[in-house]
Amino acid sequence: MRKEDFELLSTILKERSGLVLSEDKVYLLESRLTPIARKKGMETLDDLINEVRLRRKEDLLREITDAMTTNESFFFRDNTPFDLFKEHVLPGLLKSRASNKRIRIWCAAASTGQEPYSLAIILKEMEAQLSGWKIEILGTDLTQQVLDKAKAGIYSQFEVQRGLPIKLLMKYFTQAGEMWQISEDIRKMVTYKPYNLLDNYAALGKFDVIFCRNVLIYFHQETKSDILDRLRVQMPEDGTLFLGAAETVLGLSDKFKPVPGKRGMYNTADHVAQIRKAG
Amino acid sequence: MRSCLVVDDSKVIRKVARRILEELDFDIREAVDGQDALDSCHEILPDVVLLDWNMPVMNGLDFLKALRASEGGDKPVVVFCTTENDMSHISAAISAGADEYIMKPFDREIIESKFSQVGLL
Repeated sequence: MRKEDFELLSTILKERSGLVLSEDKVYLLESRLTPIARKKGMETLDDLINEVRLRRKEDLLREITDAMTTNESFFFRDNTPFDLFKEHVLPGLLKSRASNKRIRIWCAAASTGQEPYSLAIILKEMEAQLSGWKIEILGTDLTQQVLDKAKAGIYSQFEVQRGLPIKLLMKYFTQAGEMWQISEDIRKMVTYKPYNLLDNYAALGKFDVIFCRNVLIYFHQETKSDILDRLRVQMPEDGTLFLGAAETVLGLSDKFKPVPGKRGMYNTADHVAQIRKAG
Repeated sequence: MRSCLVVDDSKVIRKVARRILEELDFDIREAVDGQDALDSCHEILPDVVLLDWNMPVMNGLDFLKALRASEGGDKPVVVFCTTENDMSHISAAISAGADEYIMKPFDREIIESKFSQVGLL
């Protein structure tokens, strides 16, 4: 790929989604955009790039952005955050929110729905303890296309085997031809909404728990810091943030502190300071 | 090192499974059908059995039932690995005492994911 072509595409992606593409990701552009070129009846990726350069049609730019920002996802990805949610975060919330019995959870990079549905399954399994509670799960993603898939809750045989124990598959899925659909009970526990992490979060309200895993890696340092600082605003002082296993707030934001021994889990710095003062 | 008995009548599948599981640090034995697997288990009980369904001589489900009924046969973790991918087969396997179920085709990631769910990794 020519340098000016790479620059054109990476500038468009940066402007539209905040995605930062380093030059070693040229292969990713080629592998994800060539199918779009083919679909449009073009011979090569160069033809597609020329089309972008000449006309900058909105629907084409959106299709390109979607193809580049769609992430792989699977049920109970990395296990640990889900165990921590179930064993540490939720018991704490059941005490601290006992008066209004409301909990709000935000999956900020919901992709095709596996993360919010994994949380919904955990909650469903604890149904008896949660009677009378109103627990909201919001799943947002930049890409409408992946959210459509999330809403339908239909997954391939491959997808349902990555991370999902067979007994949960038996309990919460039905077979639809070669595919598997998650039950309506679970689907209706999650609300999906397209949302750009670069936009203002105020309209979404406050969340007791935010999952923002494996998405910050796509942004520049200053954008990461900005997103983290703004996520803090959407949380009460005792809120909990989950980042991906390979991610950190270190050097990016002083609004959150890692919870010692709990990988990927963060408390607000204000909360930590409060506890220190009380202790 | 943990041991895994790979039971499949296809030599190719046994080879693929062996390669993946050896990389995950398992000591591998192979069996070509249910009876062969049962004989192997009587000799040395493995930590885990990766089990095909449709095989000549004795199929996977019959092997599983015989294993679970035998002395010490409740110990090995049994993971089915078969092209049978409908709910009735899955239910039958789980009721007979299978711990996990892989629908073919599989890859390294699925094996890893399923093995870690049953506490083997």
